[in-house]
Amino acid sequence: MAVSRSPGTPALEQPIVITAFPSSAFDIRKSIRLGLIAGLILVLISAMGLVESFDDRMLIDPILSLGYVLLFLVPLLVGHIAGRLPPLLEGMPAPEHRPRDVLGGLVSGTVASILLALLVIATPVFDLRTLFINLSPTLVGLLTLNQGLASGLLLLVAIGATLGTIGSALHLLPDKWRSALVKSVTWVLGIALLQDLVLQLLRGLGLSFASRLIFTVTGGLSIPATVLIFGILLGAQLSIKTKGESLATRFARLPDSRKRRTLYAAGVLLLVVIVVLPQIVGPYISEVLDLVGLFLLMGFGLNIVVGLAGLLDLGYVAFFAVGAYTMAVLVSPSSPGFAPQLTFWLALPFVVGTAALAGILVGLPVLRMRGDYLAIVTLGFGEIARLLAQSDWLKPFLGGAQGILRIPNIPVGPIELHTPPQLFYPIAAFVALAAYTSWRLQDSRIGRAWMAMREDEDVAEAMGINIVTTKLLAFVIGAILAGFSGAIFAMKIGSVFPHSFNLIFSLTVLVIIIVGGLGSLRGVALGALVIVGLPELLREFNEFRFLFYGIILVVMMRLKPEGLLPRARRAREITEEERAQDVGMPVTATAADPGGT
Amino acid sequence: MIFFETKALQKSFGGLTAINSLDFHLEEGEIVSIIGPNGAGKTTFFNLITGFYPPDHGEILFDGHDLVGLRPSKITSLGIARTFQTVRLFANMTVLENVMVAQHSRTKSGIVGAVLQLRSFREEEQRIRDRAKDILSFFGSRLAGYRHDQPAKSLSYANRRRLEIARAMATEASLLLLDEPSAGMNPRETKEITELIGKLRDERGFTILFIEHDMRVVRGVSDRVVAMDFGIKIAEGPYSEVAQDENVIEAYLGRKET
Ligand SMILES: Nc1ncnc2c1ncn2[C@@H]1O[C@H](COP(=O)(O)OP(=O)(O)OP(=O)(O)O)[C@@H](O)[C@H]1O
Ligand SMILES: [Mg+2]
Repeated sequence: MAVSRSPGTPALEQPIVITAFPSSAFDIRKSIRLGLIAGLILVLISAMGLVESFDDRMLIDPILSLGYVLLFLVPLLVGHIAGRLPPLLEGMPAPEHRPRDVLGGLVSGTVASILLALLVIATPVFDLRTLFINLSPTLVGLLTLNQGLASGLLLLVAIGATLGTIGSALHLLPDKWRSALVKSVTWVLGIALLQDLVLQLLRGLGLSFASRLIFTVTGGLSIPATVLIFGILLGAQLSIKTKGESLATRFARLPDSRKRRTLYAAGVLLLVVIVVLPQIVGPYISEVLDLVGLFLLMGFGLNIVVGLAGLLDLGYVAFFAVGAYTMAVLVSPSSPGFAPQLTFWLALPFVVGTAALAGILVGLPVLRMRGDYLAIVTLGFGEIARLLAQSDWLKPFLGGAQGILRIPNIPVGPIELHTPPQLFYPIAAFVALAAYTSWRLQDSRIGRAWMAMREDEDVAEAMGINIVTTKLLAFVIGAILAGFSGAIFAMKIGSVFPHSFNLIFSLTVLVIIIVGGLGSLRGVALGALVIVGLPELLREFNEFRFLFYGIILVVMMRLKPEGLLPRARRAREITEEERAQDVGMPVTATAADPGGT
Repeated sequence: MIFFETKALQKSFGGLTAINSLDFHLEEGEIVSIIGPNGAGKTTFFNLITGFYPPDHGEILFDGHDLVGLRPSKITSLGIARTFQTVRLFANMTVLENVMVAQHSRTKSGIVGAVLQLRSFREEEQRIRDRAKDILSFFGSRLAGYRHDQPAKSLSYANRRRLEIARAMATEASLLLLDEPSAGMNPRETKEITELIGKLRDERGFTILFIEHDMRVVRGVSDRVVAMDFGIKIAEGPYSEVAQDENVIEAYLGRKET
């Protein structure tokens, strides 16, 4: 770094100025600024075609499509933000929200929707469509709610203003009501959004008749069902008296023998759920779950490499490819060079071997690299793996661009697993194995060595930890887990091609563990569901998948940088760093630090 | 057999000779301090001993082994552990974990043991934990109780220095190299650390080599003092002699004049 703060001078030059306490949250300039930002977001999502393409998806038939939800959510949220009271110093009693504070929301919502209205007006005048092909007449119709230009735009602004006001008025509700309301609306929208999943679950549980009552034939919740579900949810939330205690604290208070029994029961329950799950959810959703499982397997592996050992590997797909190709070569009768036609289970040990070898081969040259350099070089390795598989040189063994076909199914006793619900079981087993291994390793001699290495490589070495073997071990374990994932992937797809193993693959796994929470196993699981599972269920999103990854990442980094379900330690690290930055002090240097000498 | 010895040790950074044909030795059970003005090459000497930098020439012998060319982790496992002038703890690991992880080279359980929760693994974990607690108890109430589970970075500056010493102790080294153990401490804490260095030898049997600027500490515990300047040993002997040595006075005062 060229400019660094010298340790002796903490940033006390920036005095903390305590201004007079604001009498109200309403600050016209802030509200307008927020409104402009929201307006820009609205213009952007419209111009990118999100609104139009999401309009095909009915959530509440026939009044509310996903496109409109997107449009309405923005002024609602910005109104809520505008109505927030400025933060006071920690420990002070929170000031009361007053009715006139909703003016902030009103202004923001209005400004935001006016901006969108301007887009509609400007489109024909400046012929914007030549720039943004998505600004079609259909979109204009959508934005004017098909009421004609003048009255439609007025309506649009009126709706924006109302939603902004509602958003900030939420602050006036008692906490319990607000959270019940927000949760109920989220649930209703969630049910509508995950219609396929809900339908499938109902069918699996033998409740098909209910689905006709809830959803309309054209798709989307029917209006009476919406009202009913919303009413039930709201009523339930308001009537439950909050115990104020989480399950975890209640569990912690149990005596040891009860604890053990509870854990045992939970384990059995989980097992039962896993066994019946694919049968209930049916083939399509099993397929999604299989995919989630394969990514989860990789996520656990990469979590060891990046989350625990701190080695940023951007070429992780290489190990997945090694696993897939090893399996393909060993089991497929049409493997071009060497075709021993082993069974899946006999080939597995070889997958472990080649993946481990690949881990060492990647690990050795990057032993002395750190941070950014490591990331770039591993990125290169990922590409090299793909190019090797494609190359003429290895074509006699790996089949070049044509890949390897005719991979048989996984045999288990007399049956062969090949449908998605059947494949769910081996995938679940491997995921469980990976989760258990990661969990045990976290609090072990090796796990601590990885963490120490992540914290400070030189010092770890000076404390007797051999960095070479410790690093290689992280790469090897990570590689083996990815190798398993690749091997099952090959069996599932029935063929392997070089182009399956691209950079996006590595990045997706990385996004999973970052969104979930680096180092946290539950986090990785949630991350895989959100990042891989959701887009599969919401096919409308598929086109915009990477856009969403980007948005999710940016939003996460701003709001919850430690991830959705962080490990306690990790949460501590990040929030404390943030706090230290907030007061303008480096984390490690305290006032007593005399600097170098 | 000589416990620790360097012969004609030499290290240059570009044109700057940081260590200049340094002959040095330690007897087992000695407490020796190194003094010298800033930039004299004291920390560089530690870095050479612990394998952080390779020397240009010369030998470093410890307990019958030649240390030149060995990995730092290997040197640690042979029995030399150090602390750092700029405290370098594993900041996000807990106090206890910092001490536990330093026992790495003395323990051996691997992946398999941890995953299968073998008895040998669990027993070793328990031993590591017990030893870590025992070492922390050496510092009295300073690093006791609730502090075990706090992240190292939440400690006060003096406590971070103590934890660094605890971590070095946990490696089961026989020779401890402490780089300015009292830096940043107040007079009371300085007095405490002086006693602690004595106790490290008397109760725990460590041989100690430490760099120090605070003469109260140097006078308080050193059996022998080595003064350095420009990478050269300029004086050696008991504190009273070295403090009177003309070269030493010149090294310190001469700096002040320029
Ligand atoms: N890695 C390095 N690269 C270049 N020069 C170095 C390096 N390490 C030390 N030096 C130089 O070697 C000389 C001796 O440094 P050293 O850190 O050993 O001094 P010291 O005696 O520990 O001083 P202090 O009392 O300030 O800690 C200094 O001039 C320093 O700038
Ligand atoms: Mg120094």
